[in-house]
Formats: sequence, structure tokens, C-alpha cells
Amino acid sequence: MLQLEQIYKVFYEGTPDEKIALNQLYLHMKPGDFVTVIGSNGAGKSTLMNIISGNIFPDYGTVNINGTNMTAMSEHKRARKIGRVFQNPLAGTAPTMTIEENLALAYNRTKPRTLQFGVTKKRRDFFREQLEILHLGLENRLQAKVGLLSGGERQALSLLMATFTKPDILLLDEHTAALDPARADLITKLTKEIVEKFQLTTLMVTHNMQQALDLGNRLIMMDKGQIIFQANETEKPNLTVEKLLAEFQRIRGEALLSDRSLLA
Amino acid sequence: MNVAESRCSHSPLTIGPQEEIYMFTALFGSVEVGVIYAIMALGVYLSFRILDFPDLTVDGSFVTGGATAAVLIISGVNPFLATIAALAAGFLAGCVTGILHTKGKINPLLSGILMMIALYSINLRIMDKPNVPLLSEETVITKIASWWQGIGFDSMMQSLFTSIGLGDYIPSTWGIFIVMFIIAFAIKKMVDLFLKTEIGLSLRAVGDNDGMVRSFSANTDWLKVLGLGISNALVAFSGALVAQYNGFSDVGMGIGMIIIGLASVIIGEAVIGNATIVRATLAVLVGAILYRLIVTLALRADFLETGDMKLITAVIVIFALVVPKLIDKQKAGARKKKRAAQLDSAKLNGGDQVAAARTDL
Ligand SMILES: Nc1ncnc2c1ncn2[C@@H]1O[C@H](COP(=O)(O)OP(=O)(O)O)[C@@H](O)[C@H]1O
Ligand SMILES: [Mg+2]
Repeated sequence: MLQLEQIYKVFYEGTPDEKIALNQLYLHMKPGDFVTVIGSNGAGKSTLMNIISGNIFPDYGTVNINGTNMTAMSEHKRARKIGRVFQNPLAGTAPTMTIEENLALAYNRTKPRTLQFGVTKKRRDFFREQLEILHLGLENRLQAKVGLLSGGERQALSLLMATFTKPDILLLDEHTAALDPARADLITKLTKEIVEKFQLTTLMVTHNMQQALDLGNRLIMMDKGQIIFQANETEKPNLTVEKLLAEFQRIRGEALLSDRSLLA
Repeated sequence: MNVAESRCSHSPLTIGPQEEIYMFTALFGSVEVGVIYAIMALGVYLSFRILDFPDLTVDGSFVTGGATAAVLIISGVNPFLATIAALAAGFLAGCVTGILHTKGKINPLLSGILMMIALYSINLRIMDKPNVPLLSEETVITKIASWWQGIGFDSMMQSLFTSIGLGDYIPSTWGIFIVMFIIAFAIKKMVDLFLKTEIGLSLRAVGDNDGMVRSFSANTDWLKVLGLGISNALVAFSGALVAQYNGFSDVGMGIGMIIIGLASVIIGEAVIGNATIVRATLAVLVGAILYRLIVTLALRADFLETGDMKLITAVIVIFALVVPKLIDKQKAGARKKKRAAQLDSAKLNGGDQVAAARTDL
């Protein structure tokens, strides 16, 4: 489903600030894989997501999605195959537009946009049905402006918008990090439900090790632009936070400093 | 200067009821002009508010519209076709600005300014001279006027108002106003509908959150080019109508147009609001008319001259931008004072110690 081959990306090359964000990284994902990604701050996790989505391009290496080489394909073209939720709850929705208009916008991810109306009666029914998955009552507020929703509601809507058109790959970059614990738990639960419901191939970055262990069938740990540890389907269920920390210590000879509180 | 004023035969020097009648005619004229400029303001609304792109191309594309229509009309093209051609020319101009910004990676303001300057020369080339008179030509305006005469609406209104003793207070013809109003309203309606289509929704989202639109597979570069194209098409269309209304196209007629458009948008929003698209576009129409009325009334002050119009416009926009902020600040200040007073009195009642300490200060 997704193959990353020898991805190399350097920022500010040739200057004192030179930073190798990804150093010959390989990652293969099978259809239905749900890979959680952990790693220290600046390990290159977001860069990895951006390279898959086409937001930035690798200096070397190839990105294959569903058998097509997409290394040089522009972000918006690739987006036909990719759903994304960002860390910032404000980033995934258009605030001055209504809930149904936002969903209409997301509905068109897989098809060309035309001069048909974005919200029709039929689509509105479909949107309502989809919103019910969230259990937030948003299905009764189709005409509310998204800017009026709380951060948690907006992130839940973003998650739905990224997934209800069943992308080949779902990219989640710390999508619960900006929320308070209760909201973060809600979004985590929804993520699990939605990924299972739509059978999505998912790559999820998280700063929360427990979340990385609870969700998904595989886990990777990144550091300094490389994957330094992986757990496959059979290994992952036996992992604990302590084992992960010990693993990092063993490989790097130093304690893991993640983006935020590790054991949250 | 324009048809409305030249239609009025009353001398401004006469006093009493004559003066009043002159005033009514002038105000009606400004509403009439306001409706034509409203089409330009809708264009500015699209770039400024929908795309969040402060597009200064407008000053140039307005003239491009007037110039294209004038030159085509003089060379014998049907004035309606000439006006449509003006619309197309404006669309192209807007697209070029969009391409400068998206493909050339030039900042929005600079892209617009560059295009505005380039258009100045292009407009001169189109017209071949700084001013093209249209007074002896068949234009959209004269065609509407003569068609309207045939309907007999004016004489009906005239006898109606004369019978109630107000015959002198109504304009001699309603044709231009009504037809222009219908055109402006139809364009407003089309903009409303367009912004609800799949393409229209993605256009709105570009101004709102363009990273998000890209993540939903919309080509934001193309959308910006399209949006600026449509915006400037409306501006040029308005320019073509204004040139025909005034009876000439002039290379300088676009100066400050962007600010007039902005003034219309801001005044309209202040009066009508912008909670929904339908409302916001209505606000632009109303704002454009109010703007003309304000300017007409302001120019009646003895110490102001026609040349001060741009200054008045700038002052209106500055007021509209600054006053709401001042009012908010004032309100916040008043709230603070009130709370401080409440807390002070609570302190005084609450404990002698605090009160004593205060007297020490
Ligand atoms: N757009 C960019 N420009 C310059 N440097 C960047 C950019 N994006 C990321 N980096 C650098 O690349 C490294 C990896 O960043 P990132 O992928 O955001 O890490 P993570 O998400 O794992 O915390 C960091 O050192 C960061 O400063
Ligand atoms: Mg990151």
C-alpha cells in the first residue's frame, strides 16, 4: 500500500544550520496496517508525514502509494489517495464555512470539483449519517459555522472529514496533542472506531507512548531521521512503556526525550 | 459630469424648492451610479473577502473594461458584445495577477500593483489616447434608455407623482436605474449561487484555510487564478458600464477604485452584516449605493470640491476601519472602570485595613 524507499531529506543544506531530517528511511505498509510512530522531538516524524503527503519533497528516495510512484506528484493530486489530520485543530477545517459546507469540501477529495451545488439534499442526509458516528450531536448543527465549535469538536470533525471518503492512506500527526486529556481520549477512541470501521491503512504520530501501544498493529520508533526500533504485529502486543524506554536507552545510550510528557 | 447631472437642468444657484429638487436629482443620480459601481464592489468583495487577497489590479482592470468597451463600440461593434468583451479582458487581467502570485511566488500586494502599473500602459495602448469620447455613439446606456422610452413607464410615474403634487421630485427617467439594478442584483445572485457550488466552496475555503483545501485535493493555485479572474471580470464589466454611462473612457478613471470598492464592502458590512454569503453580497450592493450617497452629500459642503472625492473616500475607509476599534476599546475601558469602582467599594466596605492602607498612598 505504501512504500518509502531510502528517503533522504536535508534542510538548510550547506549552511551551519544544516539538518538532516530524514536519513535514508525505509517504511513498508500493507493494506490495513495501522502503524503508530513515536520518537524524540525533532526526530523527523512530521517531515515523514509531509513527504508522504507531498507537502515537501524528498531530496532522494521514492514514495510509492498503491503501486504508483508519487515521489514528484503535487500535494493536491496526491490528496486523492490521502486523508490527513493535523495537530492544530484549526488546521483541518474552514472556520467561516458551515459544518455541511466543510463536509462537502471534504466529500470532493476523491472527485473533480464541478459547478454542481456542494450541498444537496442527498448529500446532507449522507453527512448527517456520517456525523452520527462522532456522537457529538453535530448532525443537528449542519448549518453552524465551524469557527464556533470547540477545539475537540473541530478535531473530531477534521477526523471525520479526512476519513469518510475512505482514503488509501490516513496520516495523523499528533492529532490529539493540542487537546485537553478528556477531549484527547475522545478523539483517540473515535480514531480507533473510524479506522476499524473503514479498514484504513493508517500512520499515526503520537507523543503519548501509551496511546502508541493501545492503538494499531505495528509500532515504529524514530530518532535522528531514522527508524531505530520496530515492533510488528506479533511483537507489539507484548510491549510496555517501560520496555520501549529501555529499548531506546539500549539503542541510543541515552534517555528518550519526547515532545511532551511521555507517560501521559 | 455624468448623465444624471447633465439631465438635470436646474441651476445650482437657484434657491428654495428648486434647490431641494436639484438635491433629489443629484441623490437619485448617485444611487444610479452606485448600482453600476456595485458590480465593481462585488468583484472587490470576491478578492478581498472571499480569497483574502488584497488585489490592487482593480485600479487597472476597471479602466481596461472601459477602454475595451469604448474602443470596440467606436469601431462599430454591438455595445452589448463590447461590454461582454470588456468582461473577458478583465478576466484575463485578473488571471495574470493570479499567475504572478501563484507561479511567480510574488506577494499578493505586489502582484496586484505590478499588474495595475502594467495595465496603465496596456489601457493607453488599447485606447491609443488618454480619453475616448462616446457621446455620439450607441451604447448600452443609450440603447436601454431608448428601449425604456417605448415602455411608457416614466410618463406613468410622472403622472402618478404629479397627481400627488410631487411631480418635480422624481427623476425624468427610471430606465437606467431599474435595468442597472436588475443587472447588479442578477450578478449578486449569480455570485451567491456560484459560491455554493463545489468549485465555489473550495474558492471560499482557499481564503479561509488554504492548507486544508490542498489536503482535500483542490488545486489552490488554480483556484486563486480563477477567483482573481472572476473578480476582475466583474470590475471590468462595471468599468465598461461606467464609461458608457459617463460618455467617455479615460485612462485615469480607475484611480482609487480599489478603495472605493473597499469602502463599499466595509460600509455595507457595517450596516447589513456578513453572517451569510447572501447577506454579505447584499451588503456590498447597499454599501456601494450608500458610499455614493455619502460622497454626494459630502461634496455639497461648501468647502469641498469634486477633486476632494478621493480624500473623502480615504477618510470614509479610515473611519470605517478605526471607529469600530475605538468603540470596542471605549467599551472595554468603561467595563474596566466599572469593575474597578465595584472592587474599590467592596474593599472599602470589606476591611478597615485596606481602606487605611489606601489613605497612606
Ligand atoms: N520546513 C522546515 N524547514 C527547516 N527545517 C525543518 C523544517 N521542517 C522540519 N525541520 C527540521 O527537521 C527536523 C525534524 O523535524 P520534524 O520532522 O518536525 O520533527 P518531529 O515532528 O519528529 O518533532 C527538525 O530539526 C526541524 O527543525
Ligand atoms: Mg512533529
